[in-house]
Formats: sequence, C-alpha cells, structure tokens
Amino acid sequence: MSHIRISSDPIDSAAETAALARGRTDIGAVVTFIGVCRDDEAGEKIAALSLEHYPGMAEAEIESHVREAETRWPLLGVRVVHRTGRIEPGETIVLVAVASAHRQAAFAAAEFLMDYLKTKAPFWKKVEAAGVTHWVEAREKDAKAAARWKAPARDAAE
Amino acid sequence: MKVLYFAWIRERVGKAEEDVSPPASVVTVGELVQWLAGRGEEYAYAFDNPKVVRAAIDRVHVQPQAAIKGAREIALFPPMTGG
Repeated sequence: MSHIRISSDPIDSAAETAALARGRTDIGAVVTFIGVCRDDEAGEKIAALSLEHYPGMAEAEIESHVREAETRWPLLGVRVVHRTGRIEPGETIVLVAVASAHRQAAFAAAEFLMDYLKTKAPFWKKVEAAGVTHWVEAREKDAKAAARWKAPARDAAE
Repeated sequence: MKVLYFAWIRERVGKAEEDVSPPASVVTVGELVQWLAGRGEEYAYAFDNPKVVRAAIDRVHVQPQAAIKGAREIALFPPMTGG
C-alpha cells in the first residue's frame, strides 16, 4: 500500500493526501510532511533549486526505506513524491504522507522516511542565485538525524 | 563495466556515463576512483578528494572497500542532498 513517484511535475499535496485515504475507513491518522523550496540557502538569496537524481536507484532506495518503515510501525499506507528539475521558492520539493490507525506511528514513520531521504536517497540540489549556480553541500545535522534511527524503534502503536 | 557520474562529479568529468575497463589490479571501489583520477585533468579534478565520493554498485550503496568484480553499473557521486 505504498506509492512512490519521482517526477518534474508540480506536487499537489491535497490530492496526494486524499489519494492515500480514499475509500478507507480503517485509517485514524494521516501525517503529511511537505518540504518546500526556501528563498534562502545558507544565508544566500536564491532564485531556484535544480534537483538531479539517479533514476532507478532513487526509486529503489525510497522503496526499501518504505518497506523498513512498514516493518517498524503498523502503517496503512505510504506515499512519497519527490520532484526533480527546476523548483522555485514556495514550490514543493518532496511530500511524504503516512497513514496509520493511530498518530504516533504515522508521525514517527514520516520523520524516519524524511531523515533517510535526506541522506540516502540519490538526489542532489543545485542552487541558482544571482545568475550563478553551485551545488548544495550535505549537512552534518542531516546525517545525525538519520543515524538516530539505527537504534531499535520503540513500539509506537501502543 | 558502466560507470555513472552525478552532480558535480558529472560536471567535472564532463560526461554522465561511460564504459571503462580497469586493469585487474583495480579490485575495490576506492581503487577504481584512484584509477579514474589518473585518467586525465578532468578526472583528477573530479576525484581530488576521494573521501567525499560516495558509490553504488548496481544501485545499492557501497563502501570504498567494496569489490567491483561482477558489477554491471557503478555510480560515483557526492554526498546526497535530497528531501
């Protein structure tokens, strides 16, 4: 019950969230995380981001982390949509929507998936600012955020 | 074997992918990176700091000490910045 999509099309977060729960009455909680392009990157005003990815591996990597989330928490549905190409400030870069019977599992799984997406999914951001471009550097705090999930997860469904 | 490059490694090498035939003495991913770095100026520039180079063999993340034997597709890229 997962849907993974990588596309250069704009992301309609309301439609994605609705699709997750459509026709279902067993879902008690849906947590949606939306990552949005800011107009500032490390203190610099930016015009846009360009997202590059490794086709095939990006989907497989997200899929394997969705499977992992499903073994850790009792999930009823997962949707991950990641945009590529040129993205302007205010536009959505990534959407992670997780459904469960109860909120704890949905919150935890959404956070787990985002932390892994940041550090393990093969995507790269390039900044376009004042007519010049440069690649975004990976952040230590993102690696730390992902590393904390290596400890066994508590049962969030209780 | 096919080697793919992404992000600034792709830009520095000047191509997205190529077929390479390293000598038998090149056993690991780390050695492959070192061997590629010796292929010319653009490669030396792309791989001037091997510590930041990440790799995947057949679309699975691997460490620099991973063996390249039998690999169909080896990707080399900088740390990921998605999400």
